[in-house]
Amino acid sequence: MTWTSIFIAGLITYFTRMGMITLIDKDIFNENFRKILNYVPSVVFPSIIFPGVLLDDYGSLVIITDPKIYGALTAIIVGYFSRNVILTIASGLASYWFLIFVF
Amino acid sequence: MLSKFQIFKIGFFDVAPHLLSVIPFGIIFGAIGIELGFDPIMTYATSLIIFGGASQIVFLQLLSGGASSLIAITSVGVINSRHLLYGAVLSEYLNKLSLIKKFLISYFIVDQGFAVSNIYFKKNREQNFNYYHLLGSGITLWLCWQISTIIGIYLGSIVPEALGLKFAIPLTFIAIIINELRKLDHLFVMIISGLAATFFYNAPFKSYILISPLIGLFTAYLILKFKK
Repeated sequence: MTWTSIFIAGLITYFTRMGMITLIDKDIFNENFRKILNYVPSVVFPSIIFPGVLLDDYGSLVIITDPKIYGALTAIIVGYFSRNVILTIASGLASYWFLIFVF
Repeated sequence: MLSKFQIFKIGFFDVAPHLLSVIPFGIIFGAIGIELGFDPIMTYATSLIIFGGASQIVFLQLLSGGASSLIAITSVGVINSRHLLYGAVLSEYLNKLSLIKKFLISYFIVDQGFAVSNIYFKKNREQNFNYYHLLGSGITLWLCWQISTIIGIYLGSIVPEALGLKFAIPLTFIAIIINELRKLDHLFVMIISGLAATFFYNAPFKSYILISPLIGLFTAYLILKFKK
């Protein structure tokens, strides 16, 4: 049963990847639709970031002093000025660990 | 003109920093699978067959918690529905490929790969063989995910939970969109989507991952209309 579920879930996931690329004719998209698609990264990734920072493992809001909030803010500030991917992630993790282990 | 291999390499180097979160996440996933009581082969099979980090965790969590297969499968579908949006964006750049190549390349579309390759595609519209960038980023992520899952299955328990490595996931996504923060309209759309996701997080089947991007896109639509 579990194996069947894994295969069906895999098929559906593959379809979400393949569907738009193979079935959609490029000309279906008009200029406006394409402009809206420009925002796709800006709508999907914050939908993963915000809950990952603001909520705990049980889906409740964390308190304002949570190390994750400061880790994320550090990453945003460092990333904004450095434009460097590694520095962004590393500074966020470093400040997060600093708050957890040193304080 | 860059050769196919050179473009593939650029894809690899562009996505490499993100391995900082993908590898720990894969290890955590492998460990969670075993912890939830699934056997090693089954846990690994989800990485090969589903190949979608967050959805795999939710899938095993739901099944181990006694949820029906239908609910577990639906949740995977909803969480991974974001790929439809990636596909819509990428289709513009991949439309000249043969069907077989499209079928093949589709398997390797993941968040981080989409993000870095989409940036590359935008900057290099005239280049031939651009899809090798997506292959470079995608295959790199795929390999690391497979290997780190296996490591997690066997050694997972030695990664201390106190490290909170899960936090590397939002961080890597912050790194992905950091440059869009400079644009006011994008910043606004990000805040709306993020708050919507936080608000709807406990909605059934993890549907927040579908609801909040749609709210964000609707906001973008309104902004574009307003700009005119």
